[in-house]
Amino acid sequence: MAVKTFTKENFDQEVLQASGPVLVDFWASWCGPCKMFSPIVDEFAQEQAGRVTVGKVNIDDQPDLAARYGVMSIPTAMLFQNGEAVGTLVGVQPKENLEKLLK
Amino acid sequence: MGNVYDMIVIGGGPGGYTAALYGARAGFSVLVLEELAPGGQMGTTEQIDNYPGFPEGVGGFELSMQMKQGAERFGAETKLAGATEARLAGEVKEILAGGETYAARTVVLATGARPREMGLPRERELRGKGISYCATCDGMFFRGKAVAVVGGGNTAAADALYLSRLCEKVYLVHRRDRLRASRAYWEPLGQAGNVEFLWDSQVTVLQGGTALTGVEVQNKNSGAARLLDCAGLFVAIGHLPNSGLFQGQVELDGAGYVQADETTRTNLPGVFAVGDLRAKPLRQVVTATADGAVAAHFAEEYLSL
Repeated sequence: MAVKTFTKENFDQEVLQASGPVLVDFWASWCGPCKMFSPIVDEFAQEQAGRVTVGKVNIDDQPDLAARYGVMSIPTAMLFQNGEAVGTLVGVQPKENLEKLLK
Repeated sequence: MGNVYDMIVIGGGPGGYTAALYGARAGFSVLVLEELAPGGQMGTTEQIDNYPGFPEGVGGFELSMQMKQGAERFGAETKLAGATEARLAGEVKEILAGGETYAARTVVLATGARPREMGLPRERELRGKGISYCATCDGMFFRGKAVAVVGGGNTAAADALYLSRLCEKVYLVHRRDRLRASRAYWEPLGQAGNVEFLWDSQVTVLQGGTALTGVEVQNKNSGAARLLDCAGLFVAIGHLPNSGLFQGQVELDGAGYVQADETTRTNLPGVFAVGDLRAKPLRQVVTATADGAVAAHFAEEYLSL
């Protein structure tokens, strides 16, 4: 499943009202660690297709979303379930840490 | 166990991928084990201006991918898996990564270093809530606010300079009475106008509830404490080597760096150490790549014995 792009227009519907878990990667184009993290998130999305929805929030385009969830460091990966952020990882992470977040 | 590689490289930064390039180009079978993504610390650097051949500078991530491709062009393989165990003593060395065991006749240790933490209570809890180890990543979140930088080396100086252009005020907290950073930074920092130096000082307390609101700084000479109101604290107090996996097998120096001379040979036959992991005076991309070439050369010599 393709990695989605979340904006303040679709965030409520696609993340908060989603029936299953959603992993959100907060990133920006000028952030080096984000570039390293991006392919890891992509691979995670592929492996979890059908079980976890995965999408990215560009914090330059969506400063309100970043502020709403108190993101002050990127990359930040946040797992949402039933409309709530239930887990947060700050910084580049190996894929295993994303998997652990699901448990 | 089936395949025995000629060379396994643990760590896919500039040192590791240069060893892989030279090794693969010499005709050896080479496997690179990388925990996260190619590049290591270099991959997280926005722009690199001191690696020769790039007059306009080059993105750290782009250079990482190019180094990886350069090694793969000659047949080096990459496996994205963190090494969790290393048995380095025997003639055939075994590395456990991602639940699988890989074997090789030579191993290049290239696991690099990571930013040192201050070791203060709540430091980890406040990471991403005001505490950061990457100014170019997170500076934007503190636009127009006051921030502090702790450290006195090149990273701290570069961070303070970068932040001075975004933030209202930058406090530079350093435990000595002068910067250790290159002179290239001294004048621009003085001219920035909004950088205040706190010499002979260290951060002692982190303040704030869900996010950082300030830090307490103590002057080591007078003992006087001062509270700095700041929303961000950027930590740049050096690095720690990622040598834990090899402890007890290869010789380390007092700070945990792997002891290997300019040949990159460790005390174990067929085991080499390159890049930031190795005890040496200057840790740069260009010295890491140089190490990688040297390691491959001596690995070749070892394999032909």
